[in-house]
Amino acid sequence: MRRVYVNEEWCLGCHLCEYNCAFANSGLKDMADALRGKPIFPRIHIEGNEKVSYAVSCRHCTDPICVKSCIAGAISKSDGVVKIDKNKCVGCMTCVLVCPYGALALNEDGVMQKCELCTQNSDGEPACVRGCPNKAIVFEER
Amino acid sequence: MSVEFLYPEFEVIRNSDRCIACRVCERQCANEVHSFDPARGIMKSDESKCVNCQRCVSLCPTRALKIVKTDCTLRENCNWQNDTIREVYKQSNSGGVLLSSMGNPKPMPVYWDKMLINASQVTNPPIDPLREPMETKVFLGKKPGKIEKDKDGNIINNMPPQIELTMPVMFSAMSYGSISYNAHASLARAAEELGIIYNTGEGGLHEDFYKFGKNTIVQVASGRFGVHEDYLNAGAAIEIKMGQGAKPGIGGHLPGEKIVGDISRTRMIPEGSDAISPAPHHDIYSIEDLRQLVYSLKEATEYKKPVIVKVAAVHNIAAIASGIARSGADIIAIDGFRGGTGAAPTHIRDNVGIPIELALAAVDSRLRDEGIRNNVSLIAGGSVRSASDVVKAIALGADACYIATAALLALGCHLCRTCQSGRCNWGIATQKPELVKRLNPDIGSQRLVNLMNAWRHEIKEIMGGMGINSIEALKGNRLMLRGIGLNSKELEILGISHAGE
Repeated sequence: MRRVYVNEEWCLGCHLCEYNCAFANSGLKDMADALRGKPIFPRIHIEGNEKVSYAVSCRHCTDPICVKSCIAGAISKSDGVVKIDKNKCVGCMTCVLVCPYGALALNEDGVMQKCELCTQNSDGEPACVRGCPNKAIVFEER
Repeated sequence: MSVEFLYPEFEVIRNSDRCIACRVCERQCANEVHSFDPARGIMKSDESKCVNCQRCVSLCPTRALKIVKTDCTLRENCNWQNDTIREVYKQSNSGGVLLSSMGNPKPMPVYWDKMLINASQVTNPPIDPLREPMETKVFLGKKPGKIEKDKDGNIINNMPPQIELTMPVMFSAMSYGSISYNAHASLARAAEELGIIYNTGEGGLHEDFYKFGKNTIVQVASGRFGVHEDYLNAGAAIEIKMGQGAKPGIGGHLPGEKIVGDISRTRMIPEGSDAISPAPHHDIYSIEDLRQLVYSLKEATEYKKPVIVKVAAVHNIAAIASGIARSGADIIAIDGFRGGTGAAPTHIRDNVGIPIELALAAVDSRLRDEGIRNNVSLIAGGSVRSASDVVKAIALGADACYIATAALLALGCHLCRTCQSGRCNWGIATQKPELVKRLNPDIGSQRLVNLMNAWRHEIKEIMGGMGINSIEALKGNRLMLRGIGLNSKELEILGISHAGE
C-alpha cells in the first residue's frame, strides 16, 4: 500500500506541509480564507531542530494500536487507511497515549483527528506531498 | 552616520489580505529579511537585507509576496546613473573593490540577437525531424590530417582521442566550493543521463563523483587544486583553464571559511586556508610553456584523453587561439565576456573582454585561413542562453557550446547576482548545510535533463527548417546566418551578410 514517507535529508523544516494539510481539510477553496488569522490544526507536524527536521503523520500501521485502544470504537481501518469517525469519538485521548508516533491530535472541535491520506477531502491525493517544495515528502509503495 | 545611508534597493510588498503568517518566508530567507511579530500576529520585513532572490516569493503558498525595485531613487541623470552613484557611495564607505557575481548585466550588444537564421522555402526542402533522422551527435578533438594505410592496404586508425556528445552542449566549469555538492550531483547525474559532459571546475573532483568519470571534464587551473594522477585519469578530457570570460586576466579567491570538510579534502588544501588561484599559471608565459603543460598532462594520461585549453575572449583572441592550436591542445574553449562567475570585481566583470560571438567568428576564420582548423575543436561559452544561440554558435564555427548560467537557472537560480555572499537561498552557491539541502539532486538533475531535451528538440526543428540534418552540416555554415542592424565591420568580423543581401 502507498503511504506518506519523509526523507529527512531533504526536509527543509519550512512547515508548508502543515499549512497545505490544514487547507486541504478546511473544505474551503481559498487558502487565505481558510487559514488567515486563525490557529491551524494540521494532521502532519514538523519535528526536529534547525539541523534535522522531518514531518510526522500517521503511519497507517499494519496492526494499529490506536484501533485497539479506542474505547468508543471510533477508529477503524479500511482499505489500509486508519480512519476516525468523529461522531463516535468521545475525546478521551487514549489513542494519543498509545500512538508511538504522536500522529493523533485534537481538532478545533475537541475531537480527535489524524491523517487519512486526503481520502476524505476533495484533494484526493495527499496535499502535503503535492505541496512539498523539495520532494522530501513522498507518497509511494515501500 | 547619515552620509553612509543607502536606501534599500528592493521593497518587499506583502498583501495582508493573503498573508496567513505561515512564516515560510521567514524560515526560507538566509538573509533574515522576514520576521514574525507575535504581539500583532503579522509578518514584518527588513528590506535592507533583501537581494531579490525570489525564494520567499516562490514558496509563499498564498502568493502574498512580491519584491519590487524601489522607486525611491536619486534625481535622474543619464551620466551619473543611480547604480554608478551607489557604487561611489559604497566604495566611500568601505574603501574596497566592488564584488559581483554571475554575468555582465550591462546593456552591451548581444550579437546572438542580431543574427537571424535561414529556412528552406520552395527550392530546397525543409526536413521534419519527427519523421526523418536528424543527427545531433558530435565528436570533439583533433581530427587526423590524412588517411594512413599499413603495408597490406588496411586503414590504420589514427584518430586522436575524442569526446563524444549526444548533443553539442556541455555544462561548463563550476568548481566544488563555488557551487554546492548537490549542484555538482545534479550536473553529474544529468550529464550521464543525457550523454553529455559536465566540468569539475578548478576545485578537484569529489570522491563520490568519480563514478561519473566518462561524463566529466577535469579541470587544471592556476591553483592546481585537487590535481593528482587519478583525478587526471578520471574524466573524459582534461581542461587547462587559462582564463574565464567574466574575469579575464585575474585569478580567483575562495575564502578560507568555505574550505571546510569535503572541500578541503577535494582541493587538497588545509581546512580554513584561502584557496587562491593566481592570475597567471606561474609556469606558463608562452605558447611553448603551454605546450609543456599540455604534453605533461597527455603523458600523465597516456595520450588517451583530449586536452582542452580554455581562454577568455580578449582582444587578440584569434592570434592566441592560433598559438593554442599549435601547442598540441585538442580543443579550444573560448569564454565570452558575458559569462558568469561566483565572484568577480564588478568593474572587471563589466568592462574586460569581448563578446563570444565576435571572438568565435574571428577564431574560426583565423584557424581556417591558416589551415589548422582541423587541429582543434572549438567550444563557445559565455552566455549561451537558448537552443537558437546554440544553433547560431555552431553556424559561426563552434563544434559545441558550454552552458552554465542556463544550467544554474534550471537548478533554481534566480540571478540575484549575490553568489559572493555564500548565502544562496536556492542551495546552489553556498556551503551551508541547511541551504545546500534545499537543492534536491533528484529534482535538479531532472530539470537539467528536461532543459537539454527541450533544447535538443528545438535544435532539430531549427536545423530541419534549414534543410540540414546534422550538426556536422551546420558547423561553420555562416550562409545560414544574416545580420540585422549591424554595421559593415561587425558583419565582416562575423563573416555573415546583412539581412536582405
